[in-house]
Amino acid sequence: MYDIVIIGAGVTGCAIARELSRYQYDTVVLDKNSDVCEGTSKANSGIVHAGFDNEPGSMMAKMNVRGNAMMEGLSKELDFPFKRNGSLVLCFDEKDMGKLEHLLEKGRKNGVPGIRILSKEEVKELEPNVTDDMVAALYAPTGGIVCPFGLTIAMAENACENGVKFELDTEVMNIIPKEGGYILETSKGEIESRLVINAAGVYADKFHNMVSDEKIQIIPRKGEYCLMDKKVGGYVTRTIFQLPTIYGKGVLITPTVHGNLLTGPTAVDIEDKENTQTTQEGLEDLLKRVAVSVPEVPTRQIITSFTGLRAHWTEHEFIIKEVEGAPGFIDVAGIESPGLSSSPAIGEYVAQLVQGICPMEKKADFVATRKGIPNVAEASFEERQELIKKNPAYANVVCRCEVVTEGEIMDAIHRPLGATTVDGIKRRTRAGMGRCQSGFCAPKTVEILARELGRDISEITKSGEGSNYLTGYNKEDI
Amino acid sequence: MKTGIAIIGGGPAGLAAAVAAREAGVEDILIIERDNELGGILNQCIHNGFGLHTFKEELTGPEYAERYIEKAEELRIPYMLHTIVVDIGEDKVITVMNKERGMFRIEAKAVILAMGCRERSRGALNIPGYRPAGIYSAGTAQRYVNMEGRMPGKKVVILGSGDIGLIMARRMTLEGAQVQVVAELMPYSGGLKRNIVQCLDDYDIPLKLSHTVIDIKGKKRVEGVTLARVDENRRPIPGTEEYYECDTLLLSCGLIPENELSSQMGVELNPVTSGPVVNESLETNVEGVFACGNVLHVHDLVDYVSGEAKLAGENAAAYVKGALPKAGKGIPLKGENGVRYTVPCTVDTERMAQKQIVRFRVGDVYRDSCLCVYYNDKCVSRVKKKVMAPGEMEQITLLKSKLQEAGDLESITIRIEQE
Repeated sequence: MYDIVIIGAGVTGCAIARELSRYQYDTVVLDKNSDVCEGTSKANSGIVHAGFDNEPGSMMAKMNVRGNAMMEGLSKELDFPFKRNGSLVLCFDEKDMGKLEHLLEKGRKNGVPGIRILSKEEVKELEPNVTDDMVAALYAPTGGIVCPFGLTIAMAENACENGVKFELDTEVMNIIPKEGGYILETSKGEIESRLVINAAGVYADKFHNMVSDEKIQIIPRKGEYCLMDKKVGGYVTRTIFQLPTIYGKGVLITPTVHGNLLTGPTAVDIEDKENTQTTQEGLEDLLKRVAVSVPEVPTRQIITSFTGLRAHWTEHEFIIKEVEGAPGFIDVAGIESPGLSSSPAIGEYVAQLVQGICPMEKKADFVATRKGIPNVAEASFEERQELIKKNPAYANVVCRCEVVTEGEIMDAIHRPLGATTVDGIKRRTRAGMGRCQSGFCAPKTVEILARELGRDISEITKSGEGSNYLTGYNKEDI
Repeated sequence: MKTGIAIIGGGPAGLAAAVAAREAGVEDILIIERDNELGGILNQCIHNGFGLHTFKEELTGPEYAERYIEKAEELRIPYMLHTIVVDIGEDKVITVMNKERGMFRIEAKAVILAMGCRERSRGALNIPGYRPAGIYSAGTAQRYVNMEGRMPGKKVVILGSGDIGLIMARRMTLEGAQVQVVAELMPYSGGLKRNIVQCLDDYDIPLKLSHTVIDIKGKKRVEGVTLARVDENRRPIPGTEEYYECDTLLLSCGLIPENELSSQMGVELNPVTSGPVVNESLETNVEGVFACGNVLHVHDLVDYVSGEAKLAGENAAAYVKGALPKAGKGIPLKGENGVRYTVPCTVDTERMAQKQIVRFRVGDVYRDSCLCVYYNDKCVSRVKKKVMAPGEMEQITLLKSKLQEAGDLESITIRIEQE
C-alpha cells in the first residue's frame, strides 16, 4: 500500500512528485507511456509566461506568477536550461489600445513585475523583424523560455533520487474507492494507495469521473507548431505574442532556450485524445497567422513540425483540489497554458494540500539538487578536454547537427529514470533534434541503446512498444 | 599541430583532393574524417555503376573508394579517423576532437572543404501527419540494409525520386520488401534516367510524377500514407487521394550540402546550391580555402566528384607552394533561362587551366533545345541537346585560348534557347 499514487508523469505529475519527495511518503508515479514527458509536456511552446493575461484572483494567475518567480532558482537547483528573455504582446490597431491597457491592468493586479507599454518605435528597436503594422506592445521583462523536457526530466530524476518510484508503461484502467484509500486497476496489476493525485492531463476527466458524480470534461485542444533552424534562432529575441485580431486568437513566435526559432500554436478543439497529427491546413493557417507579427518568417528554415494537445477544461481554470465526496483523491486537472510555467508552484501547492490531508515528517536526507548531463556542445575547449579525460566517449560525436556525443547518450541511459528509447535519448540530450532530424544519428543511437541495455537493435524503439525501427533481416521474407 | 593542407572529410572528394595534392608535391597533408573509416557514403553504396569515367570499368561504391584509399595509403597521406571538426576559424585554425587525443587545434596553410551533404528530412518537407517510427531518409535505410543486413521495413512507399531513393527501391525489393510506389512531387524525376530504368521499370515499381504524401497514419509505427496528385503550383488536388497501406516511408527528396563549418569560417554560400561560391580554382572567398564534391554542389556521379576534387587538390597545392597567382576579379559566369547556377561562379583567365569545365543544372525538362554560351552579348557556342533534365548535371568547357582572344569580358552567360 502506497501513501500516494500520482497518475501522469508529465510536468505537473513530476513537479508534484518532486515536492512530495521532500517528505517521508511512499510515493509512486504511474504513466501509460514508456518515458516521462510523453504527453502535453513534450509538445508545447516552452514558455514561462509572465502571468498578465490570467483573470486576477484565479488559480491560473496565482500559480503562474508564483511558478515564474520559482523557475530561475529551480533551474539552478536542478540544472535545466531556462532564460528570462522577456515577452511582447503586439497591438496592431489604435482601436485595440484599450485591450492592451486592460492586459497591463490585469498584469499589475496579478503582481507581474516590470510590465509596461512600449511605443512602436521602442518595439522596433528591440525587435527589428516585427511588422511595421503594429502600434504598440505590452512588454513583460519576466517572461521566459524553458526546455520543457529539461524541466520535466530534471524534476522526475530528482524525485526518483529522493525515493519516488516511477512505474512506466502502466495504464490505469479503473479506480475503486476502499476504506482509507483507493485500489487502482492497472495494465500491470492492482495498486493500493491512501491518496491518489490525478495529474493525467487530457485524461484527467476520465479519472475524476471514476470517483465523482460531478462530471467534468477535459477537451483536447490541438495546437500545431513549426520549429526552425538555429541559423534563424535570433530572428526575434523575445517571445512575441499577439493581441487577438480579426484573424482570431493569435499565435506566438519565440526563440527557444536551445537557440531555435519556434512558432505556434493553432487552437482547434478535437475529441480524440491521441490525435497529435499535424495537418496541412493547420500548418498553413499557423504560418499565415504568425506573418501578422513577423511578415517574413523564414519558413525555408523549418526543420520539423509537431502537434500538442492542451488539457482544456470547459471553465478555463486549473482544478487543484480534493474531490468532493472522494476523500484523498486530489484533482490536478485542466492544466493547460500557463501549466508549464505554473508547474513548480502547482507542485508546492499540492504538497501543502497533501500535508493538510495526511501530514508527514520531512526527510532528513532530501537532496534538493541534481546535476544534468554534461553539455559537450556548449562546453569550452578546456571543459571538453576535462570531460574527454574522464570518458573518451565525450569526444565521439554521434549527432552532428547538435554536437551530441556518445558519452552524453551513455549518461542519458544510465541515469536514474534513464532513457530506454530513441525519443528518450533525444529529449535528454538533443541527439536527433537538429537540422537533419536524426537522419545520420538514429542508427548510431539505436546501436548505443542496444549495447548499453544489452538488447538486440531490433528491440530498440522510437517511443515504446510497437515503434521498433527494424522489422527483420535482409532476405528473410524471400 | 601544423599542416600544409587540411582536408575536411575523407569521402571520395577528400580522398581525390588529397591524392592530387600529394602528386603535385605537397608533403604535409592531413585528412580529417569523422567516421571510423575512409570512403564516406560510398561504403554503403554497394550497387555498381561507379567509375565508368574515372577507371573505364564498372565498380561498386566500396570498390571505387578502395581504389582511392589504396592510392592514399601508397602515397602515405596521413589521416585521422573518428575525428570531428568542432570549429574552423577564418585564420584556418581547426579545432578538432577525438577519443585518443581529446581536443586539439590544427593550424593549416590551406583548407579543402569536402564534408559532403545530408538528406532533406521529413520535417524540412513539412509533411503533415503523425510522427511514428518507420520514416527514414533513403540513405538511413541504405545504411541499415547494406551495412547491418537489417530491414527497416517490409512494405514500402518512397517519396522523392532522387537517385538514392531509386537505388533503394531496387535494393529493398531484392532483399524481400514490397516496394509499392515511388511518388515524385515534380512533373519529372529527380534522379538519373538509367536509375529509373534499372531500379523501377525492371521491377515494375510505378513512378507517380506530380504526386506527394499528404498524410502519414500510425501513432507508433507507420501504418499507411495518403498520396495525392498536385497541380502546377504543387498543391494537392482534392479528390485525387489514394491510400497506401505500408509500414515504411522512405524519403529521397533532395540533398543539402553540409556547410555549417564553412559558414563559421566566413565562406560565402550560393543560395541556389547551398554550397560555397567558388572561382575557377574552386577557391572560396576566403583565401586558401577550397571546396569540392557534394559540399560544393550535389553531383550525380562520383566520377565527376573525383575530377573536381583533383582540381581543388592541385590548386591547394599550388597555393601552399606560393605558385597560385593572387585571385583577380575574374569574369562572372551567369546562368540564365533555365540554367540554375554554375560552378565555378567566376573565371580568372590568369589562373585557369587550358580547359575549364563549368557544371550546372537546369530547372526543368528541356527537349530539343540549345545550350548557348555568350561572351558578353555575343553567342559563341550553340549546342543542340535532345533532352536536359534537373536530375542530370550538365557541363560545358571553356577554353583559355578563346577567352584570352576575346579580351576583357564583362560576363559569360550560359542559356537555354529554343532551336
